[in-house]
Amino acid sequence: MRRIQQLGIVFFLVGLFTFSSTVFVGHFSPNKAQLTALMAEKGITSKVFESSAMETLTNRSFKNISALKTALSVVVESTNDAHRAAAKKKGATKRERKEAYGYVIYSAPKDLAFVLGKASAKGLVAENSLLFFWLSFGLGVLGALLFIVPQVITEGSKGIKNNGIYKQSSTSRGLIAWGVFAYLVSFYLLLYFAPHYAIHWTLLLDPISYALNGGPASHWFVYGFMYCVVMVVMAIRMYIKYRHVNYQLLRTTSVLFFQIVFAFLIPEIMTRLQLPATDFKNAFPLDYDFFFSWNLNKLIDSGGLGLFILVWGIVLTLVVVPVMVYFFGKRWYCSWVCGCGGLAETLGDPYRQHSSKSLFSWKVERWLVHGVLVFAVLMTAATLYSFFTGHSSLLGIRTQSIQNTYSFLIGAIFAGVIGTGFYPIFGNRVWCRFGCPLAAYLGFVQRFKSRFRITTNGGQCISCGNCSTYCEMGIDVRAYAQKGENIVRSSCVGCGVCSAVCPRGVLKLEQGPEEGRINPTEILLGNDVSLIDLLHKK
Amino acid sequence: MEQVVIIGNGIAGITAARHIRKNSDAAIRVISSESPHFFSRTALMYVYMGHMTFEHTKPYEDWFWEKNRIDLIQDHVTQIDTENKLLQLKSLDPIPYDKLIIATGSKPRFFQWPGQELKGVQGLYHKRDLDLLEANAPNAQVCKRAIVVGGGLIGIELAEMLHSRHIPVTFLVREQNFWEGVLPTKNAQLLNKHILSQGIDLRLNTELKEVFGESNGRVKSILTNHNEHIDCDLVGIATGVQPNIDFIKNSSIHTDKGVLVNKYLETNIEGIYAIGDCAQQTELSGQRKPIEAVWYTGRMMGETLAQTICGNKTAYKPGHWFNSAKFFEVEYQTYGWVNSDRRKPEEEAHFHWQHPSENIALSLAYHKDSQVLLGVNSFGMRLRHVVLDGWLTEQRTLEYVLARWADALFDPEFTKNQLPELLDTYQKTFGKTLQPLKKNWSRILNPFKKSL
Repeated sequence: MRRIQQLGIVFFLVGLFTFSSTVFVGHFSPNKAQLTALMAEKGITSKVFESSAMETLTNRSFKNISALKTALSVVVESTNDAHRAAAKKKGATKRERKEAYGYVIYSAPKDLAFVLGKASAKGLVAENSLLFFWLSFGLGVLGALLFIVPQVITEGSKGIKNNGIYKQSSTSRGLIAWGVFAYLVSFYLLLYFAPHYAIHWTLLLDPISYALNGGPASHWFVYGFMYCVVMVVMAIRMYIKYRHVNYQLLRTTSVLFFQIVFAFLIPEIMTRLQLPATDFKNAFPLDYDFFFSWNLNKLIDSGGLGLFILVWGIVLTLVVVPVMVYFFGKRWYCSWVCGCGGLAETLGDPYRQHSSKSLFSWKVERWLVHGVLVFAVLMTAATLYSFFTGHSSLLGIRTQSIQNTYSFLIGAIFAGVIGTGFYPIFGNRVWCRFGCPLAAYLGFVQRFKSRFRITTNGGQCISCGNCSTYCEMGIDVRAYAQKGENIVRSSCVGCGVCSAVCPRGVLKLEQGPEEGRINPTEILLGNDVSLIDLLHKK
Repeated sequence: MEQVVIIGNGIAGITAARHIRKNSDAAIRVISSESPHFFSRTALMYVYMGHMTFEHTKPYEDWFWEKNRIDLIQDHVTQIDTENKLLQLKSLDPIPYDKLIIATGSKPRFFQWPGQELKGVQGLYHKRDLDLLEANAPNAQVCKRAIVVGGGLIGIELAEMLHSRHIPVTFLVREQNFWEGVLPTKNAQLLNKHILSQGIDLRLNTELKEVFGESNGRVKSILTNHNEHIDCDLVGIATGVQPNIDFIKNSSIHTDKGVLVNKYLETNIEGIYAIGDCAQQTELSGQRKPIEAVWYTGRMMGETLAQTICGNKTAYKPGHWFNSAKFFEVEYQTYGWVNSDRRKPEEEAHFHWQHPSENIALSLAYHKDSQVLLGVNSFGMRLRHVVLDGWLTEQRTLEYVLARWADALFDPEFTKNQLPELLDTYQKTFGKTLQPLKKNWSRILNPFKKSL
């Protein structure tokens, strides 16, 4: 068994290495046709660009994508300089000026480099993409499974097996954990800010992309596909690890279903059918650009279905989400449906113990997560104001720059780079706990108007601390359990792991009457009944 | 200001300190030589197993004590001067007290085996025992085989700990079945089987006779009462605990096995109290033992004594007995009294149910004549404390209880419901068909509402 697992690690590392190294390989020789296609796709009409690009970009080979991007930047810059100069030229008529500005290129060079690079990629990987698909994705998945599946036997009989978690480098913030951290952070930075490096990844997945949505793979398609693959593999690990707890099995199946079907397949198929692609389960304000004008316009312009999506999105946030939280707690969303939660509960499960349980972290959490919610609401208010009035700024601040700031700081850095990249160091729910505005909103409902609670079982707690240690949301569960108090906390995502790891059967996630849900106690059950009564009356 | 001094920062002493702080402004000092801060003793096993770090076993953050004005003093009390109300310490200056709470807990009990002083022979109770185990048995290369002596709760914990590091374990149990002094034989046999299935070399009817060492003073092998020699690198002694009160023996405080206390947890000296594992009750009635070395009773005594210290004189009257444990993968809970077959009184009868393949079982003790429930042992099935406690208080019959069993279930959602099989067995045993009632929150939350 050990041999198989070691082989698995080798396969996985080879797969990972192949996948990573494709970022740095290949060369690019754009031709005229590819340049024309690029201009068509990006809506570039400038003749200056065309001639300059033809001259400097074609009939030569770029050694790597960054060289191509640099060359493109030079062309774009000189093009824009020329047109801006023309616009500002003395004696230019208004029409001429407008025309000159019309030629200015706003697409980022990295996006142009992505399109042109993808079309003109040459080399071992680009010419053998199917082979490299199997050498990267194929080997990676096979290796991971060879490591995971034997755990059915190596982990022994079914039951909680957290043996050695704090003795292993990978799960106790050791060198391996920091390595994973660095890799994940780099991956997200590349994905968000330097997608032209992902050209070869998209080439590997083009066949799948064509089959699903009828077009070539974008770097977001790569991300979506990888998200699903990673979740499936790590869900198998969950199925093995928690095979004695049906709650965990069902929950894992649920997040997997919603990720693969709702977040991935349905939007891709909608794209193929030329419908407005949408993730029907993604609720505002987690889906922060739902009310952005481009999305509203797209929905309004796509007829009945677009309107349905618009109405559904609003109903989802205002009615479905809070009503469900009233009946089941926010877990129905955060750990049964949500994509971020889905990744956290599968890929992130080995790191759940790293969330800080200190009172200080709880304070930081409340300021941050509610701050992001306020930010999201204000941004949306400004967005809707601009949408309905046509004014591009509110109180002197440009709506566009508010949106850009949010997209960059919250959407990319917080949710992506920090949210997932920091898994191995700060635990798997950094984003959900400190950043997600939807979680903050659901939290209010859960805390003040819900039937959900984690019931503490009378006096049975022995303060061992397993529950707190393995709470991914950083809730000091033990602090409640050892006092005989039910756990009613806005941040609880109801993953159920505190209950699973409890050695004494003290915790149960359940729904019940609102009355008595929060039950501060002084003397615990099991002690003198008249004393309990006396102190309760006090 | 009144000086309350507590010796021992375990669950009993710390619970008392917390509750005294809630209800009074007295100066509170807690003296301990074991660890700077309160930790959960029951969690030490998880530190060795790598589930947690030692930091995780501390139920309160380190700032908690200063914020609540609970002075922590790290030292060892050598003598109690009851005359001058003064505590002599090993290194620091003597400390005066107005009220003194002795909460020094237990220590492992050894039975004077020849060779028990050898290196590699140890108990498991204190923090230092954990450190010792880490040194004695860090892995299967250093510790090629471990012997665990004593078929109780600490013994099986120790076996599980060593097993988690792939160290082969030979487990010596004096009784015919594991923990048979406490459990009905059927329950004990279920556990025998489970222990064996984990790969533990379980030796029933087996006692330790002698420990042999090498010339360097390290343990080498043991001899059992069947005259069998077993080579080993560690001998874990888990044959029970005894009150940790040696330093009191030469004071005027009355002691027997533990510190003798009345129902108010008072010793013979005014202003001195004893709680937790080290206290020996002289006025307790019912089936309660004079010394109960259990987490919960330590806590309850702390809760009770704090009332007395704060002017609301309260007798220690624990409610219905309850306890819990985990035997490898099998969780165990008990409520009320289910006596072992050996100790079972004449009027106590048992109804057993066991899952055919899984480690799930239930034993209900009831009064032969009245059918009133006396106690429950559950294995692999979590039960709701408040419901069981209510049934025991209301003296419900077996029939009443089983029909409402859904109220008592505390397993995680979506756990397979065993009730049909359970009631089937009831039907076969008593020839009576019970209609199970649905889980009812009003019954659960208001156990005294008779009409339900």
